[in-house]
Amino acid sequence: MAGVTLDPLAETGNGSGGSLPKRRRAGSGGGNLWVYLIALIVVAITVGPVLYGAMGGFRTNAQLADKPAGLPDPWVWSNYAGVLSNPSFWQYALNSTMIAIITTVVTVVFGLMAAYPLARYQFRGREALFMVFVLGLLFPAAVAIIPLFIIITRNLHMANTWWGVALPQAAFALPMTVVILRPFLMALPKELEEAALIDGAGRISVFWRVLMPLSAPGMITVGVLAFVTSWNAYLLPLLLLQDQMRTLPLGVADFSTEHSADTAGVLAFTTLAMIPALVLFLAFQRRLVSGLQGAVKG
Amino acid sequence: MTHDVTEPAAAASGHATSDARRTGAVRRAPGGPAGTGSAGPNRRGDDWRKRLEILVFVTPALALIALFVAWPIVTAVRFSVYDWKGFGDLTDFVGLENYAEVLGDEVFRSAVGHNMVIVVGSILLQLPLGVAIALLLNRKMRGQGLLRTIIFVPYVLAEVIAAVVWLQLLQPQYGFIDAVTAQIGLTPPEQGWLGTPEYALWIVLLVLTWKYLGLAVLLFLAGMQGVSEELHEAAQLDGASWWQTQWRITIPLLGPTMRTWAFLSMIGSIQCFDMIWVLTQGGPADATATMATYLIDEGTKRHNYGIAGAASVILFVIAFAMALAYQVLILRRDTQDDTQRYTRAESALFGALSRKRKAA
Repeated sequence: MAGVTLDPLAETGNGSGGSLPKRRRAGSGGGNLWVYLIALIVVAITVGPVLYGAMGGFRTNAQLADKPAGLPDPWVWSNYAGVLSNPSFWQYALNSTMIAIITTVVTVVFGLMAAYPLARYQFRGREALFMVFVLGLLFPAAVAIIPLFIIITRNLHMANTWWGVALPQAAFALPMTVVILRPFLMALPKELEEAALIDGAGRISVFWRVLMPLSAPGMITVGVLAFVTSWNAYLLPLLLLQDQMRTLPLGVADFSTEHSADTAGVLAFTTLAMIPALVLFLAFQRRLVSGLQGAVKG
Repeated sequence: MTHDVTEPAAAASGHATSDARRTGAVRRAPGGPAGTGSAGPNRRGDDWRKRLEILVFVTPALALIALFVAWPIVTAVRFSVYDWKGFGDLTDFVGLENYAEVLGDEVFRSAVGHNMVIVVGSILLQLPLGVAIALLLNRKMRGQGLLRTIIFVPYVLAEVIAAVVWLQLLQPQYGFIDAVTAQIGLTPPEQGWLGTPEYALWIVLLVLTWKYLGLAVLLFLAGMQGVSEELHEAAQLDGASWWQTQWRITIPLLGPTMRTWAFLSMIGSIQCFDMIWVLTQGGPADATATMATYLIDEGTKRHNYGIAGAASVILFVIAFAMALAYQVLILRRDTQDDTQRYTRAESALFGALSRKRKAA
């Protein structure tokens, strides 16, 4: 399909460019103004809604209804203050944090452990074992969600707990983690491990003492991915968590329906809820980006 | 901290490698006459040890996947052939009746259609826009790093959070969008954009595009960085304009990235849930229902677990068939290259091993 759309484009490029050799200069010099203009429009559309939310939190509902497109005038702090003094908000934030931390630790440790023999040992059935993880990528969480809800509630009695959400999330994150980590481990130099083995260290202690520190960059990548995915998750928490056990996304969604008349309050709540993911992303931008790119290439 | 660990060790490894190679060669040649002395008797024990180690490393991950991925999926298949409302045992076996009911349900069939609109619409909107923005950001310009960060922000937000913000923007009458449309002289629909069945799905598609365009741009940019500078310079020396260079060199070389991205986008679209659940709950009048919202609706609100199970299985079959078809028809070109490379590497490895064996 991509090939089909590309050919006609290639021809128009040929037609317009061939006649204007002078245009090259214009393209690199004067054309910059256009480039910046387009960039500005793209930025406005991209962050506009986010800024609107943040700004809306500083306005009153009357202001919002009067001039939906206006700026805060005067600035109102009560919406944000209201959310920050709401104990439920902090409870949701705690739940989100704990579930994300458990998910991340389990995903990273178990994922690295599984990727290690797949990268380093020679054994029959290695590729078959790897295929199990690759196949795991093919199952959308939505397919398993209703039985998962029943199993966790009735068989495992883990409904409305942090672990009940974190463990299935880790299970669904593991295939991607192993697929990213295996080539990463393969690319690490073997010499250090071999040296440690010769010095009499067992495989397990080599894993903890040599491999873990060496693979820190890979672990951070898959860790940030797991954390952000868990932080943003909605479907599984929606089915499993109630009342004081809810996470921030659930809290935001419920707050917006319960207080649908209080637009400014909803915007303030939403804005505060998006800050942690944004901060994490900015802090680990490189890692996250390279992880996603690696996943596509890998 | 990792620095402290690696530095001295790396220095030491120079010594160690020669030893490692020697012992490695001995271990790999257990059958050879030279190796029998030390490695031969231990081999069985080593083998068992190795198996045990592999088991220790792999079991936790596999157990978690078995418990929370495989078991539920098997259970979904089991549910799908029973009429079960959530209490008592699975006794009322109905064969394929649930499947017939789901496939005969007008709502489910339109949900499949909506999924297809999202699959195709996402690719048709995001591919040209994503390539255009990536080309723009690939030029040397001031504030490039900042621009790349900004464009990726919507992708990092939770779908739910993005949906709630857009819900406020799209509020009938008092929302920002309605205010703008009214200002430019258009009358927004009375029920709001999301409340009108003819528009709702398209609005959802636009919001999804806003949310996921950043990922496309990011991946395309990474693909463009893989195109060597020399090619561009050579083209420019031959008098090609900037546009020509992009159409003729950058975009064709971006092919594999675009195809992989489209695959990811497809898989995401087929299971689209969060955004729709918050924006419309599948409404109005099921105008935005997808397979995922259908099965959640049946499972959690109506407790028709058999129907939900059948819908899950159908969702999986459709997703799997699409993935397979895409793999065979489109991605094969890319993976062919990879497998060739892979087999070449394999044969090189085997060659090296057999040579070592002979040497030993």
